Amino acid sequence: MITVLCILIGLLFAGATYCLLQRSLMRVLIGILMLGHGVNLLLLASSEPLSRQVAILNEDGVPRDVGSADPLPQALILTAIVIGFGLSVFTLALARSCFVKSGDDDVRQLGEEDIP
Amino acid sequence: MNDFLIIGPILIPLITLIVCLALEMWGKKASTASFIGVVATLAVATMLVTRVNSGGTLTMEMGGWQPPYGIVIVADLLAALMVWISAFVVLVVLVYGINGKMPGKGGGHVHVLVQGLLLGVCGSFLTGDLFNLYVWFEVMLISSFVLMARDKGRKQLEGGLVYVILNLVASAMFLCGAGLLYGELGTLNFADMAVKMQALDDPTFVNTTGSLLFVAFAAKAGLFPFYFWLPASYHRAGPAVSALFAGLLTKVGVYALLRTFTLVFTDANGFSSNIILYISMFTMVFGVLGAVAQYHVRRLLAFHIISQIGYMVAGLAIGTPLALAAVIFYTLHHIAVKTCLFLVGGVLEMRTGTPDIRKHGGFYQSNPLLAVLFLIPALSLGGIPPLSGFWAKLNLVEAGIAREEWLFIFVALAVGILTLFSMVKIWNESFWKSPPADAEVNLPLWPGKPTTAMVMLCVLTLVFSFSGKFVFDLSEKAAAALHDPSMYIEAVLGGGSE
Repeated sequence: MITVLCILIGLLFAGATYCLLQRSLMRVLIGILMLGHGVNLLLLASSEPLSRQVAILNEDGVPRDVGSADPLPQALILTAIVIGFGLSVFTLALARSCFVKSGDDDVRQLGEEDIP
Repeated sequence: MNDFLIIGPILIPLITLIVCLALEMWGKKASTASFIGVVATLAVATMLVTRVNSGGTLTMEMGGWQPPYGIVIVADLLAALMVWISAFVVLVVLVYGINGKMPGKGGGHVHVLVQGLLLGVCGSFLTGDLFNLYVWFEVMLISSFVLMARDKGRKQLEGGLVYVILNLVASAMFLCGAGLLYGELGTLNFADMAVKMQALDDPTFVNTTGSLLFVAFAAKAGLFPFYFWLPASYHRAGPAVSALFAGLLTKVGVYALLRTFTLVFTDANGFSSNIILYISMFTMVFGVLGAVAQYHVRRLLAFHIISQIGYMVAGLAIGTPLALAAVIFYTLHHIAVKTCLFLVGGVLEMRTGTPDIRKHGGFYQSNPLLAVLFLIPALSLGGIPPLSGFWAKLNLVEAGIAREEWLFIFVALAVGILTLFSMVKIWNESFWKSPPADAEVNLPLWPGKPTTAMVMLCVLTLVFSFSGKFVFDLSEKAAAALHDPSMYIEAVLGGGSE
């Protein structure tokens, strides 16, 4: 299971890198979305289910052996998904406004300056 | 009381944000509420600095979860000082007139966004948890994204997009690093990570995760080779907003580097920090060379941020207590000086209607006060004694001599000369030469008190210069705590704020 997950993460990162290096703004955005998904899966994979005692304490403050996966990475992923979703929507809106203003989705025009 | 002091700089901007949002939705002006909120934050920050200076590091456990399980908020002297200067800068920018914008551009909710920015910045300084730091980074970034693109001009949108994309990639690197760290160490608490990292003794792991986090923080701080978003975006926002960014955003990256690379990824734990020194030297050189070639007043200043960040991170790489103290002093001085220069740049732009300094002229004659308000921070940035920049550079170079980093000393001094050169360039073009025949020098400003704001920052710079001993003592105390991580670890893991 973990091997499949790792291959998937690798593929997502490779695809994201390829897309980020493109000139089309839309592909750069797709690259960012893929990168976000790759990172979320990496968080999940790095948590290695059942590998450690979880942060659920007994009354005496000792971690309880409940035989479940560590819930913390899942909380982290959930947070990352929510933040990533908000930022993606904002970025898409920004990219659309840029495209409407300039009529071109080539990223090379983004850095052009009027004054040297 | 202590609990309130720690959480105040986070809680007050949050409450003010909600109040501002409510006021603006009712169609009322939010500027007074925003101003009161920032003054309150500054007051709490002042008390926090005094309390931490006399009584040592304060900590607070969120929700009663003991570290390392829960999120802990930690105010050591460095964090308290950074919170103070951030609140001061936001106050100054509000006085300057945050609605200061190029004619004919719209955009609302500015006070909500400014409070959001302050919230994110203070949260980043005060958190003692790696993932929590990520969340505060995102709070800060989303506020700054919207502030950047608020004017909705083509240039603002494009600059904003560059800024957003590169920062999102950096955030992804940050999350990768955090995920791998949690996978191996089973904790995200800085202090607990430091303890477990010492016990781990695995240089490969330390260098992998350390490099991921270094790239993430370096991109936020604007280090070579990750700085390209900065000169492509900062100058495109309005004058007040760009001054706010110049003062605060990159310094949060520097703070994150200072925090993690003195605590978790140290040489003692097997991290190869040599590379940081070389990267910082490249940053100094490329930043200042970029500045020398510019004629857009605020773009020139934006390039200077990069080269100055190089100085700060070089001090981190040298890593002796003196070097760290110099870095902290440098950061405080730089925030005051750079914000002031951006504010002056904004006034020059508004008065003439163009950011091109070749089309400026004669401000020394028409507005001598503005000339003085430019000269103080400009000479300080260039490192002219007895101004604050001189003390910052002197201590840094002294620390370099003690470690016999001759290449660094040569680069630092050469970059200092080029910095002064480009400041003189602005002086010559905007202030000294007579204005071109068709130039405007007296277009109206926006409503606000730009002169008061600039005077406030110049006074702060003069305080840093002439009572430098007092500020430097504070920096040395903060640096001693950074240099000896056991104090931080003790404060966080050893029982809280009783």
